[in-house]
Amino acid sequence: MPADRRILSPTIVLGGLSALTLLAIALFMTLGARGKWDFILAFRGTKIAAMVLVGYAVAVSTVLFQTITNNRILTPSVMGFDHLYRMIQTLLVFQFGSGLVASLDPRLRFGVEVASMVVFSGLLYWWLFNGAGRGDNRRSLHLLLLVGIVFGVLFRSLTSFLQRIIDPNEFLTVQDRLFANFNRVDVELLTVSALVVLAVSLVGWRWRRTFDVLALGRDAAINLGVEHRRAVMAVLVMVSILVSVSTALVGPITFFGLLVANLAYLVVRSHRHALILPAAVLLAVLTLVAGQLVLERVFGYNAALSIVIEFVGGLAFLFILVRGSAR
Amino acid sequence: MIDVKNITKRYNGTVVVDGVSLSLPAGGVISLIGANGAGKSTLLSIISRLLPMSSGTVEIDGLDVTTTPGEVLARRLSILRQDNQIMSRLTVEDLVAFGRYPHSKGRLTEDDRGHIRNALRYLDLEPLAGRFLDELSGGQRQRAFIAMVLCQDTEYILLDEPLNNLDVKHAVAMMKLFRRTADAFGKTVVLVLHDINFASCYSDRIVAMRDGRVVHQGPPEVIITPEVIRDVYGVEAQVMENAGQRIALYYQ
Repeated sequence: MPADRRILSPTIVLGGLSALTLLAIALFMTLGARGKWDFILAFRGTKIAAMVLVGYAVAVSTVLFQTITNNRILTPSVMGFDHLYRMIQTLLVFQFGSGLVASLDPRLRFGVEVASMVVFSGLLYWWLFNGAGRGDNRRSLHLLLLVGIVFGVLFRSLTSFLQRIIDPNEFLTVQDRLFANFNRVDVELLTVSALVVLAVSLVGWRWRRTFDVLALGRDAAINLGVEHRRAVMAVLVMVSILVSVSTALVGPITFFGLLVANLAYLVVRSHRHALILPAAVLLAVLTLVAGQLVLERVFGYNAALSIVIEFVGGLAFLFILVRGSAR
Repeated sequence: MIDVKNITKRYNGTVVVDGVSLSLPAGGVISLIGANGAGKSTLLSIISRLLPMSSGTVEIDGLDVTTTPGEVLARRLSILRQDNQIMSRLTVEDLVAFGRYPHSKGRLTEDDRGHIRNALRYLDLEPLAGRFLDELSGGQRQRAFIAMVLCQDTEYILLDEPLNNLDVKHAVAMMKLFRRTADAFGKTVVLVLHDINFASCYSDRIVAMRDGRVVHQGPPEVIITPEVIRDVYGVEAQVMENAGQRIALYYQ
């Protein structure tokens, strides 16, 4: 076996991914354009911005989540985030009617959604780390995940219960909101979420070496002087914010993060988050833009991108699961 | 000096470590022995702040392990537990370089690189430096982890069953390395050992535990006796003296 199996150096991989991503974006902006350029560029630019933002948030949140859980199968959606999102949407329509929800200031609705999701995760983690966990964090992290799964089921059940007793017309409105769609993004929301994501990223970038240590596991991280509990809490808050942003923008995309995170580990072959995180982001943006491009130009909008991504991501999930248990 | 005062650890009413007080002077090799479930690993984890204690205090050179900032302790004390699983794709050299994190926070200096080279050389890992951890055998991985801990260059080095997975040759080399670390560099090496003869031949001091308590402690010539071994493990042993070293025979 050769001593170094890094066939391509991470720098080349990142460079190649960047080139591909830029190419996909350029094609998306220009291909099949008919009519006035200023309209086309603005219209498609919004979509691109949404895809970049969502790809970024999903990729970073998934990689960081897997770093602190030391597990490559779990993703934030396992913690019940997407189901909470569905429940909040359904509750809004159920409580106030689709007319009022539609007339609500989208920024306000967005703020409420992000806040409620961060508060939910914050409370859950606080309770688990200070109450039920009682110190032995290794066990409580697993407890946390189990509780997350149970919460996910609870939210899903409540959602389907509400959807069952709701007015059929309102149900259609809810259903429409629940599927990821890049053709229906608000420009103002984009700006707000871009600022939020930027703030999180600035903090995160200064922590990149700590992430490398956290990935070694709890004991090794403590041995190397990382305040493990505090670091994990901070990362969980970052993850909560990022997941909230992406979910609130375009709805739940469960397996997408898993797909790009594992692809990133595969192509980068390094432990350094300074390389893994950009690779995951580039892969996410590339997948979204190229996927949307193919969907619009080849299939003529006849399918939802989220369905395709979930299908491929689900297959990848099964593959990783089977390979992991075989090893 | 490691000062353990009245440490108790309970799990849902089951007492694992029962009011242990222990004072370990700086310098030398100290072995913790005892039957399975005697509380050795738990005690080591508590001393190294990996596990919170139910009651009691631990001080390392006067620093309370529960209140001292982690990065301060990380430059003074290192710990390696058993069963180290790592998710990241790391080469041996990457792993060893992590030992410098408490000193340089990930930005390696020339001094750090010197420590990394030395650690790799001491553990006979130079030919494997570029290999990924998941391509190594259990013994090679164990050596890589020990290299990381040595690279951390702390005053106190705590190791939970460091001879796990090692063949006779590497086990002897490892014990000699610990001896040298203590003698030449004045470090304090605390080991949990299952092989009492390794403990006998290489330790300055042996601490024997049973049912969560320290039952005997002292130099090897006091501890490696048929009476103490019977008391600690409940087995009959013959003790022979060979070239000034005491060897326990308990195979029959």
